[in-house]
Amino acid sequence: MSVSADAGRHRIETLLATNEDQIFRRWLEIAGASSSGHVDRGNLNGQLRELYNALVRSFGDSGRPGESSELRGLLAELSRNRARQGFTPTETATVVFGLKEAVYESTGDDGSSEALQGFLWFSRLVDDLGLFTMETYSATREKIILDQAEQLLELSTPVVKLWEGIVAVPLVGTLDSARTQVVMEKLLQTLVDTGSEHAVIDITGVPAVDTQVAQHLLKTVVAARLMGAECVISGIRPQIAHTIVTLGIEFGDIVTKATLADALAHALRESGVEIVRNRGSRVALRTVEE
Amino acid sequence: MTTPAEMPIHGNSDIVLIRQRVRTAAVEVGLSLVDQTKVVTAASELARNALVYAGGGQVRIEVVHNGVRRGLRLAFSDDGPGIPDLDQALTDGWTTGGGLGLGLSGSRRLMDEFELKSAPGEGTLVTVTKWAR
Repeated sequence: MSVSADAGRHRIETLLATNEDQIFRRWLEIAGASSSGHVDRGNLNGQLRELYNALVRSFGDSGRPGESSELRGLLAELSRNRARQGFTPTETATVVFGLKEAVYESTGDDGSSEALQGFLWFSRLVDDLGLFTMETYSATREKIILDQAEQLLELSTPVVKLWEGIVAVPLVGTLDSARTQVVMEKLLQTLVDTGSEHAVIDITGVPAVDTQVAQHLLKTVVAARLMGAECVISGIRPQIAHTIVTLGIEFGDIVTKATLADALAHALRESGVEIVRNRGSRVALRTVEE
Repeated sequence: MTTPAEMPIHGNSDIVLIRQRVRTAAVEVGLSLVDQTKVVTAASELARNALVYAGGGQVRIEVVHNGVRRGLRLAFSDDGPGIPDLDQALTDGWTTGGGLGLGLSGSRRLMDEFELKSAPGEGTLVTVTKWAR
């Protein structure tokens, strides 16, 4: 580092220490304005105060000031919190970059190369910290998205018991390989656990059946068959039927029904349960002895 | 949607987004429910083809006019290895990727117009159109 750059850096360090009140107040103003309405002032004040102190302390370290672990830790915490609370990237970054403006207003630019060098150095430092903040921010967002995708996977695949020996999987949303895997595993396990011989896969909630979805369904049915259970696919709406035929997908000898009710009736019939409408329109059920 | 929309195809989540976007566009053009489902399904097939065989690409979604008729045109392009034998690729049941082999041929039946341009080493361009009835 050249002499004037060193002097410039020293000048900024001194400025941050001596003009602390003025710079800090301005920084708080800028940061507060960018995220108005989201954050309470006292909270922001505390966060920025800690950051400011850590920054000033980091100048005393032997290493590069931007790499102080205390400073980075505080920044990571701030951006993680903001990502979770739904702040935008701009609102998060402005908190860090606002310091640049606050310092610039206090440098009292006298046009000397020393002042310029000093501010350049400081500007680079703040840029580094800003980039670090954004990296943490987006890493946090990605983690949230991943977590949600996993939760969705868990949520959206219940296997329900319809009757003794009859289970159903109501599928909702997009069927990709990962979800089909989960559905298939759950269904096969439930068939074993409940000793069921009939399974209904209901696709009323699947918006489009393309060749991949069809292939996944076919595989699930074949797997269930290997375990001795018969599958019925229900919830085939007119537009889906149309599309499947045009695409050229063949479901072979797999039983398909328009509604879940039809599929349940079919499965009940197959398992020897007869439904009789009594007088007084009460529904009575009895098992046919074979 | 009067201006054409370009969307990237880089992962499975993009296919979901494309399906949703195409469905919205199909509703705006005034396609019937059956035709909406057909277009969405064809878009799903062609986008997945671009992803599986070329590692990604993009789609251009555009509303087209022919006199008073309105239609929806989708152009899927990629810079992948290309298709050496177009006739074979359009044969029902032919696949090199472990699928059912109905994506390309099925999409041709699902749409009103279908154009496939491809050569080895030059990527693939599939343009499909569905007209409102």
